[in-house]
Amino acid sequence: MHKLWATTYKEFLLLTRDFGGLAILFLMPLLLVITITVIQNNTFKTLKETQIPIVLVDQDKGNVSENILESLRQTGRFQVIDQFDEQQAQLLVQTGKYQLAIIIPKNLSHDLTQKVDQNVNDILEKFGAVEQVDSLPRLKPEPKEVRLYFDPATQYSFRSSIKSGIDQMVTQIESQTIYQAFQDQLADDPTEEIFDTESFIKFTEIIPNKDGEASLIPNSTQHNIPAWTLFAIFFIILPLSINMVNEKNQGTFVRLKTNPVSYATVLGGKTLIFLSVAMIQFGLMLLVGVYLFPLIGLPRLDVAGKLPLLFLVAFFAGMAAVGLGLLLGTIAKTQEQSAPFAATFVVILAALGGVWVPVFAMPKFMQALSNLSPMNWGLNAFYDVFLRDVGIVELVPEMALLFAFFMITTLIAISYNNRKNAL
Amino acid sequence: MIKIEQLSKKYKGADDYSVYNLDLTIEEGEIFGLLGPNGAGKTTLISMLSSLLKPTTGSFTIDGLTYGKNSSQLKQLIGIVPQEYALYPSLTAFENLFYFGSMYGLKGNLLRDNIDKHLETLGLLQFADKKIAKFSGGMKRRVNLIASILHQPKVLFLDEPTVGVDVQSKNVIIEHLKQLNSNGTTIIYTSHHLNEAEHFCTQVAIIDLGKIICIGKPSELIAQQNEAKNLEEVFLAKTGKSLRDYA
Repeated sequence: MHKLWATTYKEFLLLTRDFGGLAILFLMPLLLVITITVIQNNTFKTLKETQIPIVLVDQDKGNVSENILESLRQTGRFQVIDQFDEQQAQLLVQTGKYQLAIIIPKNLSHDLTQKVDQNVNDILEKFGAVEQVDSLPRLKPEPKEVRLYFDPATQYSFRSSIKSGIDQMVTQIESQTIYQAFQDQLADDPTEEIFDTESFIKFTEIIPNKDGEASLIPNSTQHNIPAWTLFAIFFIILPLSINMVNEKNQGTFVRLKTNPVSYATVLGGKTLIFLSVAMIQFGLMLLVGVYLFPLIGLPRLDVAGKLPLLFLVAFFAGMAAVGLGLLLGTIAKTQEQSAPFAATFVVILAALGGVWVPVFAMPKFMQALSNLSPMNWGLNAFYDVFLRDVGIVELVPEMALLFAFFMITTLIAISYNNRKNAL
Repeated sequence: MIKIEQLSKKYKGADDYSVYNLDLTIEEGEIFGLLGPNGAGKTTLISMLSSLLKPTTGSFTIDGLTYGKNSSQLKQLIGIVPQEYALYPSLTAFENLFYFGSMYGLKGNLLRDNIDKHLETLGLLQFADKKIAKFSGGMKRRVNLIASILHQPKVLFLDEPTVGVDVQSKNVIIEHLKQLNSNGTTIIYTSHHLNEAEHFCTQVAIIDLGKIICIGKPSELIAQQNEAKNLEEVFLAKTGKSLRDYA
């Protein structure tokens, strides 16, 4: 035990003597989480509150295009510019001056009305509500195409959301046209409303809590703090592995190999110190979320009643990160090996863990791989506490996985070292 | 004290053995010098004896103990002064020594007193709280030595302990080693300073190409070699004058 404490104290001294490194270790993750939350929060605001200028080319000049224009304006998300032709619009979008151009084709209103009238007429004839007129020519209008030009730099999610929005508008207009056709055919008095055209089905967004009751919708802070805190905690493998490689280069590791001390004790001291660093990092992240974010206009992090569980999850996530760092530091021979590998590997683990793209949106085989990422286990555990309001029992599987990961990586490191130095 | 039998080491990918079928017995209380040109196998031999390298074949015992069976006991028994400064540059001399002393199970006032005693003898007490990064080569060498002797080892291995230091530092180191030896520590050391070895060692072995060419007291070896006035002339006569560069 004395050797473990001596090793821990030595690690503490080494860490605190490198003031610049220590500052980077604590400040960079804070900078990361602030930057990401500000950006994501602003993106969310941009889509919700600020208007995106778009080009609308109205070749129809009918009631359908008027309805689309009106619907676009009603969303409040777009500032519609309608002074260009299709060719100009295409060029403006291609050069990135506008993110979107909507081209409404010629005769859209006329042809839609004609098609709907014919269909309504056919239905009513079947029911005998109107007389069959054989002599009328049967014109079949060509299907119409609303063209959407997107700036190549726009994200898939943006394009997808716009397409589904426009699709919804057009469907609504088609429905209203059908209702109108029936109204025209069946109503004796043009002012008499025989249909209730109000939408029957509405959507309500509910985030249920564990008691089955609705709770507040999580804001960008609630999403970002766990994800990026975990990312920062795992970045500890970088300084930890560099610390171990430095010992090899300084020759102190050679001396330790000749000392009557086990490699497990050497790693134990590093584990205690770097785990403490991870916990301090986590505490700072929470302080930033709770106290700093509201001051800079970001949503406040809600940790009420969750702190013990949050620290417990951070502790096990920190252990998993430290285990990985110990393994990398044991295997790597130079900083050139450990530093780029650690940095890239953390990014890969984060990607697999669902820090950037939710796991459910990944391809099937990536989803399977994601189950192997300790960052995924940690992120799920954090979301369980932050957003799903679970208790300690529900966290046991994820914490057990994180602990098992620490044990396995550390045991591999010890076994690798012993095998390399077996006499 | 140290009994080596048919010890060989061939590095992975190497064409030749660095140490080949080496038999050697070193008695307790000796100051034994392993001398040889670059690449002769001195460091390889010391590395095997100090648990840093696994022999390819052969065996050895130190005070009747072997690494496989009694590693912990054996490591407690020996001290190793590596060729490089095996110290943490950002820690002070005292902090380095306190840490490495603790690794031998020393603690509390016993350890502190021991550190102070050695620092004083080697002229470093006033620099105890200075970081190693600020030390000169000679000062680092002396701290490097203290880190290996705090636990009063029965056997001390030194791999070129005076390389790159000034005459004053070298003198202090050698005097301190003599003091340790007089207190019962067996010393095995490698060096290229043949004059130093001639006056310091009680026994020397000249090694070349992984084999012992000659062994004996320095005075005996000088006497046995025709027209040799000192150990350096014996050394050149035995190993030749051709350069021994290797990579």
